Amino acid sequence: MAGLSGHVNFCECLQERRNMAEVQEAQHTHEPVGFVRRYIFSTDHKVIGIQYLLTAMFVAVVAGLLAMLIRLQLAWPDAKWPLLEKIFPVGMEGGVMNPDFYLALVTMHGTLMVFFVISFALVSGIGNYIIPLQIGARDMAFPFLNMLSYWVGLLATLVMFASFFVEGGAAGSGWTAYPPLSAVPEASPGSGMGQTLWLLGMALFIVSFTMGGLNYFATVVNLRTKGMSMMRLPMTIWCLFIAAILGLLAFPPLTAAAILLLFDRHGGTSFFLPAGLFFGDKLLPHAGGTPLLWQHLFWFLGHPEVYILLLPALGIAFDVLPPFIRKPIFGYRMSIYSLGAVGALSMVVWGHHMFVSGMSPYLGEFFSIGTMIITIPSAIIGLNLLASLWGAKIRFTTAMLFALAVISLFGAGGFGGIFLGTATADIFLHDTYFVVGHFHFMIAGVTLFGLFAGIYYWFPKMFGRMMNERWGKLHFWFTLIGYYIVFFGMHFQGFGGMPRRYYSFAKYEYLQGMQGMNVFISICAFFMAAAQFVFLANFFWSLWKGPKAERNPWQATTLEWMAPSPPPHGNWGDVQPVVHRWPYEYSLPGAPADFTPQTVSPAEAKVTW
Amino acid sequence: METRTGSERWLLPLVLWLLPVVVVALGFKRWLPPLASEHGAGIDRMLYYLMFTVGGLFVVGHLVLGYFIWRFSRTKRVTHRLTSPKVERRWSLSLIILMTLVAEGGVFIISLPVWGKLYADPPPADAVSIEITAEQFAWNIRYPGLDGKFGRTDPQLLSLNNPVGLDENDPAARDDLLLLNVIYLPVNRPVHIRLRSKDVLHSFFLPHHRVKQDAVPGMTISIWFVPTKIGTYELACAELCGFGHFQMKGILRVVSPEEFEQWIQEEPSYF
Repeated sequence: MAGLSGHVNFCECLQERRNMAEVQEAQHTHEPVGFVRRYIFSTDHKVIGIQYLLTAMFVAVVAGLLAMLIRLQLAWPDAKWPLLEKIFPVGMEGGVMNPDFYLALVTMHGTLMVFFVISFALVSGIGNYIIPLQIGARDMAFPFLNMLSYWVGLLATLVMFASFFVEGGAAGSGWTAYPPLSAVPEASPGSGMGQTLWLLGMALFIVSFTMGGLNYFATVVNLRTKGMSMMRLPMTIWCLFIAAILGLLAFPPLTAAAILLLFDRHGGTSFFLPAGLFFGDKLLPHAGGTPLLWQHLFWFLGHPEVYILLLPALGIAFDVLPPFIRKPIFGYRMSIYSLGAVGALSMVVWGHHMFVSGMSPYLGEFFSIGTMIITIPSAIIGLNLLASLWGAKIRFTTAMLFALAVISLFGAGGFGGIFLGTATADIFLHDTYFVVGHFHFMIAGVTLFGLFAGIYYWFPKMFGRMMNERWGKLHFWFTLIGYYIVFFGMHFQGFGGMPRRYYSFAKYEYLQGMQGMNVFISICAFFMAAAQFVFLANFFWSLWKGPKAERNPWQATTLEWMAPSPPPHGNWGDVQPVVHRWPYEYSLPGAPADFTPQTVSPAEAKVTW
Repeated sequence: METRTGSERWLLPLVLWLLPVVVVALGFKRWLPPLASEHGAGIDRMLYYLMFTVGGLFVVGHLVLGYFIWRFSRTKRVTHRLTSPKVERRWSLSLIILMTLVAEGGVFIISLPVWGKLYADPPPADAVSIEITAEQFAWNIRYPGLDGKFGRTDPQLLSLNNPVGLDENDPAARDDLLLLNVIYLPVNRPVHIRLRSKDVLHSFFLPHHRVKQDAVPGMTISIWFVPTKIGTYELACAELCGFGHFQMKGILRVVSPEEFEQWIQEEPSYF
């Protein structure tokens, strides 16, 4: 507090702190009563976190099924599916997929997965749940804002879903919504009402996400418990903290862009529309704008967004490893510096999405050099994860398996990124399946595996029950192997020059060799999707029938495991925990057990730092 | 806490070791479409450089990861707890050097010269000039005709019968040639393309020539390349442009210089 507002004198500040403590005391003693206040319009960070997780799970099922329809079309472009016509009478008229419907599927799959599944589950869900628990707070800094953030987020989700049911169908201009395709209703059926709802949904989502980001920042800065210095924070918190800052800096330009695009669509302005646009037999009255402006604004968010999602997943991997290797992670400080560097650099490399967009080629080379710099801190993070295993005593739980897979996927995805970040190589690979494969390793793969690691790891804390390990491992193997076949395969299809967002490849002779691979990838994708139902069944079955979890089932050291499972309202009962050491105090020589929680005093076991 | 037995201790290393084997086996297959342009050799050189170096890092990384998991799932106690900050810094430093060499080295030594030749240098003087105007979902190809000058165009003149808005009253426009979805080029002579679009974004993609450039309405973007092989090639659209994106196909015919001269003499002009 004092550090943030220098003009407030010290006494006032102390008084403020005391008041804040009283407010918090009051909060935890006055537990909300009644179902609605407790579980629906709750201000408790744990309930909000779980609400986000469940919402994301539901959206994931929908967005996952959209992906299956995409794969169905790509594998068998000429087949008829009379059954599907019953579900989608317009999009699958006559049992054959309509190309506009295909583009709506591609657009909505991407949008929903990036913003309404991974952002919701990983940043908002796990973040809300775990931040106060890992820093020893009773709740987030602004609990009401937190509740508002969820409900605005849900509204955004509903607006997105609604776009499927309007005339012309959902938006079909890709998750990047490049104008003029997304700006001119004549350009595509999906650019009618569907695109308007898409833009409104995005704007609402950003409002929600910004409220969350403010909350994370304020909570980590102000509400850390006694002894929890910044250099004693678990990696998950560091990553969420950096992600929150990135989100606060990068999202506003997209909000502006979305609103400007709405003006172009409905107000007759020309921010993104130049003179001379000709559709059908009509010259449009716009003049003066440029479509490149949108691309800059979109990727100014779009690139940091990758890291907003990626960093928390890496943080989770850093936190899930130690209990199952029984030793500290390698290079805690270097990892934090590297994460900070990745975060800072991620703000200035957005142009590598635009090497062949018509942007100045000189600028392109600047972005190429910058993007290559980002590989350095990224490689350090990867090495530190890998080197943590040296000298370990590994125990294979499902959470651990997913965390190990994060290391592998981060490597595979990161190396693919070097291809795309090199401007010259990108001339050929841009907008091919190489890109699709690459970002499914990073923004989808690392994040998804990190998310699963987090869910399997924290489920006992969240619900007081254990998940089934046998089912969990089955889920892991199908997901891992499926993932590698599907998305590695796409990298090679990209080398073959196969363009993305194609409804069918039948027109092109040079792509004829790819069809067998498309069928194989689709079949593997179906298996992988089926395995996710194993996870859902495990999740919901364990919720009620899983064996009861102890307070600290993994024998871990971080603060959340000191609270009961599940933690009560206010988390800590009467006394907030006090921290005496860094979060990874495993196998400490001379300590009574091979794990020494952060709350153990220096008198009981010596402190590393 | 459960015991440490289980199939993961051999299965996971096995899968992690199998991955690089599969990737290397697939990597040696010929994926890139057969090369047919001059600068494309530079792009391919960059791609192969990355396949070897970055692919090598992937292989080594996964062999190490698999080995660590195999080895340290058999140990009974933690054998190595903490490293000194000095050692951590040293590892980081060695990675900084390695990645700088591999990634920035590739950019500066291989990538930049190719990029510079394509974009910093003007198209050679003997280049064939053509203008390509993309629309939903076709390519309009315009040759300046025998006078070597492109006639004036104006968006106000656009109509279904005048797809690029050519001005009939401009003498230079009288002999302009206009083709739909077919490009004729002489072999081994540079071609200078003025790329335009009249509705949404498109992307001019010649996979065999390693050419890709977005067509942006409101902009005229210059690119050039040299086709080096006689033959018929496919032109694809690589930027989402609507429901017909997947069938916005064109044909590039690279012919001998004599055949090209003959064709350009015989092809009727637009007006």
